[in-house]
Amino acid sequence: MTYSDLPSKLTGIFAMPVPKAPDASRRSFLKITGGVGAGLVLGLAAPLPRLGATAAQAASGTLAPNPFLRVAPDNTVTVIIKHLDKGQGAATGLATLVAEELDADHAQIKTEFAPADPIKYKNFAFGVQGVGGSTGLANSYEQYRTAGATARAMLIAAAARTWNVKADDITVKAGVVSHSSGKSATFGELANTAAGESVPDKPTLKDPKDFVFIGKSFPRVDSPAKVNGTALYTIDHQFDGMLIATIARPPMFGAKVKSFDASEAESIKGVVKVMPVPQGIAILATNTWAAIKAQRAIKVEWEKSGAETRGSADLVAEYKALLDTPGAKAREDGNLDDAFKTAVKVVEADFEFPYLAHAPMEPMDCVVRYDGASADIWTGSQLQTLDHATACKVLGLKPEAINLHTVWAGGSFGRRAIADSHYVREACDIAKAYGKPAPIKVIWTREDDIKGGWYRPLYVHRIKAGLDKDGNIVAWLHRIVGQSIGAGTPFEAMMVKDGVDSSSVEGASNLPYAIANIRVDLHTTKGGVPVLWWRSVGSTHTAHATEHMIDILAKEGGKDPVAFRLAMLKDKPRHAGALKLAAEKAGWGKPLEPGKFRGVAVHESFASFVANVAEVSLRDDGSVKVERVVCAIDCGLAVNPDVVAAQMEGGIGYGLGAGLKGAITLAGGEVEQANFDGYDVLRMSEMPHVEVHIVPSAAPPTGVGEPGTPVVTPAVANALLSGTGVRTTVLPMNKQKYKTQS
Amino acid sequence: MAFTATINGKKNSIDVDPETPLLWVLRDELKLTGTKFGCGAALCGACTVHLDGEAVRSCQIQARDVEGRDVTTIEGFTADASTTPVAKAVQAAWIKLDVAQCGYCQPGQIMSAVGLLTQIPKPTDDDIDKAMDGNVCRCATYHRIRAAIHEAAKAI
Repeated sequence: MTYSDLPSKLTGIFAMPVPKAPDASRRSFLKITGGVGAGLVLGLAAPLPRLGATAAQAASGTLAPNPFLRVAPDNTVTVIIKHLDKGQGAATGLATLVAEELDADHAQIKTEFAPADPIKYKNFAFGVQGVGGSTGLANSYEQYRTAGATARAMLIAAAARTWNVKADDITVKAGVVSHSSGKSATFGELANTAAGESVPDKPTLKDPKDFVFIGKSFPRVDSPAKVNGTALYTIDHQFDGMLIATIARPPMFGAKVKSFDASEAESIKGVVKVMPVPQGIAILATNTWAAIKAQRAIKVEWEKSGAETRGSADLVAEYKALLDTPGAKAREDGNLDDAFKTAVKVVEADFEFPYLAHAPMEPMDCVVRYDGASADIWTGSQLQTLDHATACKVLGLKPEAINLHTVWAGGSFGRRAIADSHYVREACDIAKAYGKPAPIKVIWTREDDIKGGWYRPLYVHRIKAGLDKDGNIVAWLHRIVGQSIGAGTPFEAMMVKDGVDSSSVEGASNLPYAIANIRVDLHTTKGGVPVLWWRSVGSTHTAHATEHMIDILAKEGGKDPVAFRLAMLKDKPRHAGALKLAAEKAGWGKPLEPGKFRGVAVHESFASFVANVAEVSLRDDGSVKVERVVCAIDCGLAVNPDVVAAQMEGGIGYGLGAGLKGAITLAGGEVEQANFDGYDVLRMSEMPHVEVHIVPSAAPPTGVGEPGTPVVTPAVANALLSGTGVRTTVLPMNKQKYKTQS
Repeated sequence: MAFTATINGKKNSIDVDPETPLLWVLRDELKLTGTKFGCGAALCGACTVHLDGEAVRSCQIQARDVEGRDVTTIEGFTADASTTPVAKAVQAAWIKLDVAQCGYCQPGQIMSAVGLLTQIPKPTDDDIDKAMDGNVCRCATYHRIRAAIHEAAKAI
């Protein structure tokens, strides 16, 4: 098999058996539930050419026993990072693992992104190279530790040979190899000799009690370059003779170019070429400003007959009409009809969730250099194997003819993990259509980004629950209506089972509470708006609906929200552990100053367990101010506690921005927002004080990139319910004004 | 049209369309790519630079308006003599607290923070809200940005 026929066969390939990691039994914890990692597995039956050789190749005198690190004579240790770092700390995390087992010094560690190579650099959770679903560290935990331990053993062997001593008497600490006789050497001094030592089969990994970095501290490897402006993102790449490309894109999803008039655009100084491409009309210019001006100046008549013409209000009405009929079953426990008959009180709430754009700070972009026989691509590639395969297909080149250079990405939040690789595809389409070997950088304007689709889907939910005379939940019906993220993509075979896309119901179908009678079902709708996973995926809506409903029911039954949950979490120690820790640290039950209210939520996503307690007040205009959020997380062993804290802080801010004011709306099929004015996001003055507490754990590490996001909005809604009596069933919250109960 | 401006302490003569935003002059012509494009409409602050010492959005300043003026970008805040003590303190605090995640907005955040601390050496939380609300961080590192500004204020 070669890449060139991969895309057309992906559906079949994705359904192939899980490729065995070197030691499958020890990696069984890697099976990830839901989202990008929804059992997504792509096995490549036949070996592909060894692609990584050039970039990861070792210079002479360098110790490079595996594809994950190099120890150079200048005493640097370069860790090869197989995953994109879009801010989540993948580079720091993987470097921590190598540095730990190598006993390196933080100062000697450098990182470099790996070339595209699905054999060497695959994500064990996916079977291809790529990252998402908070799998980055979990799938690499043993692999990168082993890589470091291998090099350490070879450095020790080299020292033993050089000094003619026993390896057992040699120790390694902070980048220095020492012998009990007082002899010592740096890694760099030993690298050349070590490169000639045999590579150990199974190097011994450290006992966790001996860790010096893991679970302690390892400062980010990217901080210096990111505060002095030298970190290179896709958009920063500059080459001699480079052209900048923009695309005049359709104003409605599914619209096509009917005709265009480029005369004004072509008259702009610096514009080199205006040409149709499958995505719209591409403009090539010698500088970015000319490319942006020309994009605005071009006149396009669009064929809208195949376009999506419905607006958000139309969709909500259509979706709501489906709430009265059963959907495809995602979970059924007990007998719901009988249970509702025994209930003394039935409570129902309908929820509405809008489309959401990811809006990463760096708009989508991709650089391509293509000369007809070979190509280089520079981009923040999140699914390298798919991006690389797509480039091979579009350019008609073999994998070994295309170097995909993964570079720092200015955020993603899911946006760069895209099954059809459209941002790479369009760059290749343009390079091919242009036909000259100039490097081309395609940039999206913010307007392209906000209007460009690939949103978190719009969803409508209904939860209907029955309480017994003691206020216990005896029946729980949860119905969800919305588009499928997986349907129609190569991920479909793994994500969609029996008409249920797991990413539409995750967080709802695995409701953790001990309720005897539960039904969760789903209506999957069709539409022209392209949708995508958005940080924490299904939990972006299911966490709010379920956790807010729990508080609505606690209130109806006159129960304390924490005690109510704990009583239903007796068999869920990790949910309960996170919940108790957050409640304790937040001073749950202690009085707050007047005008402040408290709310709680707990939710599992991506195999991590997060609880938030939010303290909320109201501004004079009735808008919501979140003052403080106390967060507890159980993510197994916290490899880098400060990165865990950072991801919780950031996840809370990202989730809260959407919860307070995030909405993409359509009218007549056109997106009504264009930039950060219409699509406003969380800002400094709206960021709460956040405290993060990590549940101590020796369990295998799970993810932290996504799980911090979905819990804050229900916690805030629950605080508002407590303080104002108002249910927050329509997001974002700025759709309504709240008033303190007097 | 050619115009002359002092960029990071060095006189530059640049020949561009006079309407070109300073952002693209810096990035495309001078290869100073630390200043980032985020929105093109002064809504996100990623392109913040100092013009005659004041923090401004370079996407809204036309090349012709920079004639004879003094521009400082994040590249001007390197270890050389042009770096002010405030800039040094801010960058050190950013590293100490590992503020950056994706990092794309951070040059703009740092330019705004240096602008704030130059005017108000001991800012309150309200001062920080006012000075920094125009700088979007989608990773929502705001919590650490605030802490780092206070940290830098202690060091100045």
